[in-house]
Amino acid sequence: MSLVSIRDVRKSYGTVEVLKGVSLEVEKGDVVAIIGRSGSGKSTLLRCINGLETYQSGAILADGIEVGGLHANLRELRRHVGMVFQQFNLFPHLTAAENVMLAPTVVNKTPKKEARAIAAEVLAKVGLSEKMDAYPSQLSGGQQQRVAIARSLAMRPKVLLCDEITSALDPELVNEVLRVVEQLAKEGMTLILVTHEMRFARDVGTHLVFMHHGKVHESGKPKEVFAAPQTPELQQFVSGIG
Amino acid sequence: MTYHLEFSALLPYWQDLAWGLWFTIVLTAVSTVVGIAVGTLGASARSFGPPWLSGLVRVYVELIRNTPFIVQLFFIFFGLPALGLKLSETTAAFIAMVVNLGAYSTEIIRAGIDAIPKGHIEAGVSLAMTRLEVLRYIVLRQAFAKIYPALSSQIVIVMLGSAVVSQISAPDLTYAANFIQSRNFRAFEVYFVVALIYLMLSILLRYLLRLIGDRFVKVG
Ligand SMILES: Nc1ncnc2c1ncn2[C@@H]1O[C@H](COP(=O)(O)OP(=O)(O)OP(=O)(O)O)[C@@H](O)[C@H]1O
Ligand SMILES: [Mg+2]
Repeated sequence: MSLVSIRDVRKSYGTVEVLKGVSLEVEKGDVVAIIGRSGSGKSTLLRCINGLETYQSGAILADGIEVGGLHANLRELRRHVGMVFQQFNLFPHLTAAENVMLAPTVVNKTPKKEARAIAAEVLAKVGLSEKMDAYPSQLSGGQQQRVAIARSLAMRPKVLLCDEITSALDPELVNEVLRVVEQLAKEGMTLILVTHEMRFARDVGTHLVFMHHGKVHESGKPKEVFAAPQTPELQQFVSGIG
Repeated sequence: MTYHLEFSALLPYWQDLAWGLWFTIVLTAVSTVVGIAVGTLGASARSFGPPWLSGLVRVYVELIRNTPFIVQLFFIFFGLPALGLKLSETTAAFIAMVVNLGAYSTEIIRAGIDAIPKGHIEAGVSLAMTRLEVLRYIVLRQAFAKIYPALSSQIVIVMLGSAVVSQISAPDLTYAANFIQSRNFRAFEVYFVVALIYLMLSILLRYLLRLIGDRFVKVG
């Protein structure tokens, strides 16, 4: 069974339908890159996967847990589905290490010492060993985003959702974050990323999903899809990006 | 006629002053702690509670913020007995103070909560934290850091405002002053000294609050 299974999901805000029947299967180890115009529903889809948004019909199963169920165990779900945001969202009153340790100690009841060891490990993974005791305000955007990734990793998620995690960064800081994500992909982490980094989507993604008007308009292997987009919308989108 | 200052006329009453001061300190300390607890619950309910509860808190806050403290105090002490709830002066004073600071601190803390970016809450929720855990570890910590100066000012205001409880004969510092003055008729000396004591109390309280702030309220 797929790690994440999205079946004909529909979602409306009021009378406006933003997801118009989206289906997507994500297997363990997949790196799914979601691209598309602003407003096409990419963020909404991602947020539905970890239950930040509800949907009206269809089904999403993540790690076997039905997300939209009336009694869905969202807490259990979110222990296995991590999410990284465009705006980092680090907790400014906590150091990098404390940001990372918070969920393990509070949610998993991991002892402080052990949590600190986890923090050291995941911060090393994102190349920030020497910044463990720095506050977010003392870090660059790229460093903050890497801490945010480490914070998600500390929960040992089975899948990591990334919503345009480099879009708020100065161009020269984008690469350090992308390199971390690429490393995660290499290690077999399942990733679903909304991104505007087309080259990254092509080189690192195992699947490409082009969303358009609330639907999966086109999808396939990134290199093939980019080499020969089938629909005029994607052709236009790809050429528009340049 | 000339008025001869005679501060020594206070000396026989120093114990009354001391007890009054002690009462004011305890009254302020207890109502600060309990009032802020009420305010924290109120603000949390207002921002995260179900609509009916949020509405209820709002009514409470508006009711208290838009009526004089002395009327609230009189209502509790003189009014409630009509419903069969008879309270001692001291109990009524404590309750009135807590109710009052509870409302003001609800509003202050809520402003702090509102200033927390929604993304922080979503990040916490995405880390599998419950709403209560998010509130406790992420929202309130930050909110308190943001509003600590405003809250400190309110605590000082409440300490000074506590003088009003002398009006129901709760034995605070002002009550002691009134009492002494009625005995020795040395109004100038008594109120001059008591004013000085309040002034020192304020300065001390602000200093204490700053220490507590530096020690416990991390701004990050
Ligand atoms: N909370 C909301 N209430 C109402 N409408 C919303 C809300 N969130 C998103 N929308 C609308 O839903 C549509 C899809 O939004 P979404 O954020 O998923 O797009 P996106 O593909 O992520 O766009 P972008 O590339 O700009 O991030 C948009 O038209 C947006 O205006
Ligand atoms: Mg988006």
